[in-house]
Amino acid sequence: MSMPFYVAPEQVMKDRADYARKGIARGRSLVALAYDSGILLCAENSQRLRKISEIHDRIAFAGVGKYNEFDQLRIAGVRHADLKGYSYSREDVDARSLANQYAQILGQVFTHEMKPMEVEILVAEVGNEPGADLMFRILYDGTIVDESNGTVLGGEADTISGRLTERWSEGLDLVGALSVARHSLSGPDRVLGATELEVAVLERTSARRAFRRIDDTELDGLVAADPEPPVDPVDEPSLGDPAG
Amino acid sequence: MTLPLFAPDDDPGPSFMALLRHAGHTPPVINGDVDARVAITHGTTVVAIRYADGAIMAGDRRATSGNLISHRTIEKVFPADRHSGVAIAGAAGPAIEMVKLFQLQLEHYEKVEGTALSLDGKANQLSQMVRNHLPAAMQGLAVVPLFAGYDVRRGQGRLFQYDVTGGRYEESNHAATGSGSLHAGTVVKLGYRDGLDREAAIDLAISALFQAADEDSATGGPDLVRGIYPTVATITAEGFTHVGNDEVAERFRNLIADLTVPGSLGGTEGSGT
Repeated sequence: MSMPFYVAPEQVMKDRADYARKGIARGRSLVALAYDSGILLCAENSQRLRKISEIHDRIAFAGVGKYNEFDQLRIAGVRHADLKGYSYSREDVDARSLANQYAQILGQVFTHEMKPMEVEILVAEVGNEPGADLMFRILYDGTIVDESNGTVLGGEADTISGRLTERWSEGLDLVGALSVARHSLSGPDRVLGATELEVAVLERTSARRAFRRIDDTELDGLVAADPEPPVDPVDEPSLGDPAG
Repeated sequence: MTLPLFAPDDDPGPSFMALLRHAGHTPPVINGDVDARVAITHGTTVVAIRYADGAIMAGDRRATSGNLISHRTIEKVFPADRHSGVAIAGAAGPAIEMVKLFQLQLEHYEKVEGTALSLDGKANQLSQMVRNHLPAAMQGLAVVPLFAGYDVRRGQGRLFQYDVTGGRYEESNHAATGSGSLHAGTVVKLGYRDGLDREAAIDLAISALFQAADEDSATGGPDLVRGIYPTVATITAEGFTHVGNDEVAERFRNLIADLTVPGSLGGTEGSGT
């Protein structure tokens, strides 16, 4: 019987984390931010395999990384929410408890399974008042980050989040919020068009299901109404510290 | 509650009912005739009519237990999802539970799969739910729904009627179910014309419920004292919308004004003298 080589636990964790990070960094990014009437989610994506979806009345899910892995988590979240809403009440379904469940699963998989999940996910819940919105970002190892105002998932998260912090301001309208999201994702060298974006919102004023996709003509209209002119590398503010 | 994760070969798919079975929620099996032993609350008359913009559904507000009125403000017309509605008649408890499950089944499918079911798919799901309920129906807890929706692919309203065995019958123009359905159905049948507009369709539906309430003790008429009127909803390309209580009240007042002929009695009362 052969003995396995000894590998320090620190090294095991580091290798796993590197593996997961590499997988996530390969994919394109996603931005979520608060605006005057809810939360806007915007991903650089073709809209066919979706990264943004509805979980429950006021809760949305977004994932980046390995599609089959975050989609499995998305479906589990829908099941969790619908079962909970059926057993108790629809009001009892909340983002915090769901985010905790996700963190448990991701943490469990990270330490016990052969390979960690190469995903980074977001659970967003729109509140009844502007200050009550929730955004929980959950990393591949189960770390939960409680975000306010806005967050970025996926590769190049640091650079994009620098641009996001620079542009975001309180009380943006939908056109403004999409402009911020689009230019944060695009960066100085290119402009993302409507066909390269997957966009959805959680609207505070909705009677029940707050999640709504923005696509086709509506998205074209919002992109066309963008007050910010097409990116000119000279006018673009410097990226500054990438950790921004 | 933990996160429900399944192995690929054990996955319940987009069906919420399959998920419930996995989670151990299964309806109780009842032995013997329930209706004979305990008083069961029953919902009564509902109608559905196709009109120019889609479909209209209406239901009275009375629930009965045997010869007693158990509820005056019960709802029998529910949205199933954005573009469809379901109306129920029969044992109220299981019927409302069936509606709740049906709504969840459609929403769950839409969220898991990313697209809504076709109208035929929805009608078929309801058919399976009614069929699964057959053992309870045989013991006196029958549930007979009506399903109406706006078919976004065909661009028209469609109606489906069911029987206790889960049989699904698409009706081209109108449908009625429940204890007063014979009278309500006849009124709708006589007043129906192709391409009714919204107001005419609402008038026809409330007139049908009024006549059903006139002949069937289990169907509630408009309650002018308490301000309780039938539930009416329209289903069009814009979705499922309840018609406001004020509008229904106003239309009822017009209907009653039209029907009032001084000095006349109903046919039944007049025949003995």
